[in-house]
Amino acid sequence: MAASKHLPSRLAKLAIGVLALVPAARIGVLALQGDLGANPIAEAMNRLGFWTLTLLLATLAPTPIQIVTGWKWPLRLRRMLGLETFLYVCLHFAVYLGLDQFFDFAAIGKDIAKRPFITVGFTAFVLLIPLAITSTDGMVRRLGFARWKRLHRLIYVVAVLGVVHFVWRVKSDLRQPLIFAGVLAVLLVIRSLRLARAAKAVRSTSPRRA
Amino acid sequence: MPRLWRPDVRSSDITPEGLYLRRRDFLVGGAAAATGLTLGLAGCKPKVAAPPAEPALPGVKPGPFATDEAQTPYKDVTTYNNFYELGTDKSDPAANAHLLKTRPWTVAFEGEIAKPQVIDIDALLARFPLEERIYRLRCVEAWSMVIPWVGFPLGPLIKQLQPTSRAKYVAFTTKLAPDELPGQRTAALDWPYVEGLRIDEAMHPLTILAVGLYGRVMPNQDGAPIRLVVPWKYGFKSIKSIVRVRFVETEPPTSWNRQNAHEYGFYSNVNPEVDHPRWSQATERRIGELRRRQTLAFNGYGKEVAGLYAGMDLRKSF
Repeated sequence: MAASKHLPSRLAKLAIGVLALVPAARIGVLALQGDLGANPIAEAMNRLGFWTLTLLLATLAPTPIQIVTGWKWPLRLRRMLGLETFLYVCLHFAVYLGLDQFFDFAAIGKDIAKRPFITVGFTAFVLLIPLAITSTDGMVRRLGFARWKRLHRLIYVVAVLGVVHFVWRVKSDLRQPLIFAGVLAVLLVIRSLRLARAAKAVRSTSPRRA
Repeated sequence: MPRLWRPDVRSSDITPEGLYLRRRDFLVGGAAAATGLTLGLAGCKPKVAAPPAEPALPGVKPGPFATDEAQTPYKDVTTYNNFYELGTDKSDPAANAHLLKTRPWTVAFEGEIAKPQVIDIDALLARFPLEERIYRLRCVEAWSMVIPWVGFPLGPLIKQLQPTSRAKYVAFTTKLAPDELPGQRTAALDWPYVEGLRIDEAMHPLTILAVGLYGRVMPNQDGAPIRLVVPWKYGFKSIKSIVRVRFVETEPPTSWNRQNAHEYGFYSNVNPEVDHPRWSQATERRIGELRRRQTLAFNGYGKEVAGLYAGMDLRKSF
């Protein structure tokens, strides 16, 4: 059994899943200790947003990793990482809703309508909801794999919106958001190269559509 | 000494101290629920340590303007800073503060004045009696603090310099020293940082040059050794670590306006009616408080300064 193909064992997968929860736990502990600095609400929101994007890119990474290295095992992490992304974005949004805005729905409505960075961030959050809901095996069966897969292509839209949300949020120091943008671009380019190759192969060998 | 100025905010409007002191309990409750089983991590060291207090400034007298609102704790004032020369993260300036050398230090006064001169910081400190000014500080990012500054009004200094009739504006420049101010080695802004005021704004009795806070020497991360404080404008107007003050005839360039003219105007008066494209300016979070509070026009200093802008459309001249 080739190790690279059959990793991780369930234990390794569990370990990665738990590892992804550590930042949220750490934010919680720092909040608990009053160690999130002078503006803990903004700090918690920023950190949860950072980890949302990090996990979102991690969710998108397995396919490009497989294309480049041939490793298949990361593919098995995708659903778990995707759901953890959703957990982080829910926490991020909950802090905004409950602590930052204190359920002031009029102000939140204005924010979403008037501030482009919030408009795109909120859109990305809303688009993730159907993906989270349809993440179970039962849902894949019910939708049929083809339709399920088409729906889950929304993740690319979400990723672009998420990165744009960060880029538009910062005032002048774009280094961090541009790192996310760069990683996302690399991941998408690797996929599109394969798509292009596949399309070429399909054209030359078979009339059937991929 | 009688107060010449009364705050618009009554003491009863201010968060009661007990509630204020328990402000973190709210977060604690939520965090406890969120962290659940992960309390094993509770051994993490606190990230932000209180910086060592600076030496006390002698002979500081209460000034004519003070709010009796709860003051933002020293630790927060000195660890939550926007001073991009020392890093763009709020905690960077405190961490990098030691890199900035504040002695020897001179401030050059030049341009449209009868008496251009370069003044050593210690001579400047001795020239005017130091007074305490307890001001609200409203950041354009929709958070605010209450800070007991120590300094002296800029107006009397300007009079000594004898501005000519062509001195319509005052342009300020921060020290340029990339080896001491590591942020200047990045492209976060065009360096050095520059700011400007109309001369009547600069002469207004609320406008001070601050050299300390909480009765102590100004910490580097707060703009040592000398900075501007203009309490009715967004915080970025109050330029830090000043080395040059130039009197000019036309509106001088300002750093954030150069960075993004659509978002940051020359005047940048605190105005809840004019939103920043990325932040509503209607409300703000006072550091240490849980709930947002209403932002006041001119940061609550309208009675003193609204007259400066009579006849101007402050939506256009934002």
